[in-house]
Amino acid sequence: MAVYEQKAVKKAPSNSKGVIHWLKSNLFSTPLNVAMTLLGLAILFWIIPPFVQWAYTDANFSGETRSDCTGDGACWVFVKMKLDLFMYGFYPQEELWRLKSVLGLFVVQLFAFKFFKSIKHKFISFSIYLIIAFILINGGIFGLEIVPTDKWGGLMLTIVVAVVGIVFSFPIGIIVAFGRASNLPIIRSVCVTYIEFIRGVPLITILFMSSVILPLFFPEGITFDKLLRALIGITLFQAAYVAEIIRGGLQSISTGQYEAADAIGLSYWQKMLLVILPQALKVAIPNLVGAFISLFQDTTLVLIIGLFDLLAMVRITAADSTWLGMETEGYVFVTIVFWAFCYGMSRYSNKLEKQFNTNLK
Amino acid sequence: MKNDNIIEINNLNKWYGDFHVLKDINFEVKKGEIIVICGPSGSGKSTLIRCINYLEQFQEGTIVVDGIEVINDIKKIKALREDVAMVFQHFNLFPHLSILDNLTLSPIWVKKKPKKEAKKTAMKFLERVGIAEQAEKYPNQLSGGQQQRVAIARSLCKNPSIMLFDEPTSALDPEMVSEVLDVMIELAQEGRTMICVTHEMGFAKKVADRVIFMDEGQIVEENTPNNFFDNPESDRLKLFLDQILSH
Repeated sequence: MAVYEQKAVKKAPSNSKGVIHWLKSNLFSTPLNVAMTLLGLAILFWIIPPFVQWAYTDANFSGETRSDCTGDGACWVFVKMKLDLFMYGFYPQEELWRLKSVLGLFVVQLFAFKFFKSIKHKFISFSIYLIIAFILINGGIFGLEIVPTDKWGGLMLTIVVAVVGIVFSFPIGIIVAFGRASNLPIIRSVCVTYIEFIRGVPLITILFMSSVILPLFFPEGITFDKLLRALIGITLFQAAYVAEIIRGGLQSISTGQYEAADAIGLSYWQKMLLVILPQALKVAIPNLVGAFISLFQDTTLVLIIGLFDLLAMVRITAADSTWLGMETEGYVFVTIVFWAFCYGMSRYSNKLEKQFNTNLK
Repeated sequence: MKNDNIIEINNLNKWYGDFHVLKDINFEVKKGEIIVICGPSGSGKSTLIRCINYLEQFQEGTIVVDGIEVINDIKKIKALREDVAMVFQHFNLFPHLSILDNLTLSPIWVKKKPKKEAKKTAMKFLERVGIAEQAEKYPNQLSGGQQQRVAIARSLCKNPSIMLFDEPTSALDPEMVSEVLDVMIELAQEGRTMICVTHEMGFAKKVADRVIFMDEGQIVEENTPNNFFDNPESDRLKLFLDQILSH
């Protein structure tokens, strides 16, 4: 038999990294990949230059009326002139400072998130922010004039609907997911019924039900704000999906974790909130953010019950007789805004995933 | 004193569906005793010790632990679990919490101790099992042997009078078994009541007061460690020892 000497550590060969290697292994590895790469490049060349020409080179940025749009390209004057409508809907001009301060406070809030380390403090500061934001937007106290919800609109309405949907559906979803995983048959079947009912119905139907059918059950004379009804509908809808996503996360946790938590004496709620939920949420982050992104996009459906979100505002302003035919600019603008928000959420989810990753060696 | 038994199990029967896993188990453990339970897989040994801290429910018989009857009653289960600690085969540390937070979770939330005090106690136990310098790391950054020692430290944090070990070394690489056994031997010498499901014969010979052999859901033989391994009485135990020692 033989004894071998200890080997020295060598560097990885240089042809296994670098730009050329990356190109070779990712874009030109097989004949099919070469063909796909070339096809992809051709499509990009076909789309991008004309778009840049339309949206930038030939576009019109200055001016105030339609007659200022003399070039062949996009007429961004339209978006510029109607920006307040797109952003704030029919919110009264003299009260716009309130919405702008909500936006300013959001920046402050972002810094607070960096500053506060503990989740408890982040949660408290965010809750305070939401309350202040609600007071500023809605008014009614501190001498702020009430702005009725039918004046709310544009991007601001989109964000209100999305934020309320996300913030309230999340805890409800967690509780329903716990209920569905519960050992108690009554709680479990109530939760299963709720989830299966909601998931069997499209969001449009739920919005119709909340705006048309629900009032039929109220005694005459009692009315409920239309936006509030839509918000409740959307929240309940989203909660069912959140619950199912969290249930998936819960199922990925081994029984050993439950047993260990039991064995060290934690109560049911301590066990679920301190041990199980943090791990389940970590697993569920990508799907949760996916669901929140689709909720953000689904907010455009509120148009059908007569609420004017960003997309709806663009649609009605483009129908303005002085600006006829400006839909393209408007929709491109909407696309960019929606993309920016959804991409932002997606990046944030990547960041969260990295932050919660405790498996790194 | 007439009764110095810390654990009393009477006519314990348990079924999984129609499958009879524990058959008329009767046994007592005195305060400070070290019991080793061994037997082939599926013999019900893990199920038995899991009944003791009510991780498993049972259908017939009684278990009394340190004066607490083990029944489905939140208050009693809570008191029971403050008194009985358990170390698992797969460690079951909480991967999302640092080592230190794993140890302080129960003292802070169950015993409502101040954070500082809980941390101090936790560090003391981490030092005892020899991993104080890893306190800020996460479980997955540690080796199996280290994780199991953390799990032992975690269960010590509530100062239990009884410790249950469910095959604590079975999931470990061979070179890590001894570091865990060393910790367990130290604990045994302190006079804490311990029940260990394990096949570590060396450990059993060194510290056990009694060794129990289980097969097919019943206690087949109970003996002193020396007689257990050198002069087994029942044929089934002889066969079992033959099988585990024959290579």
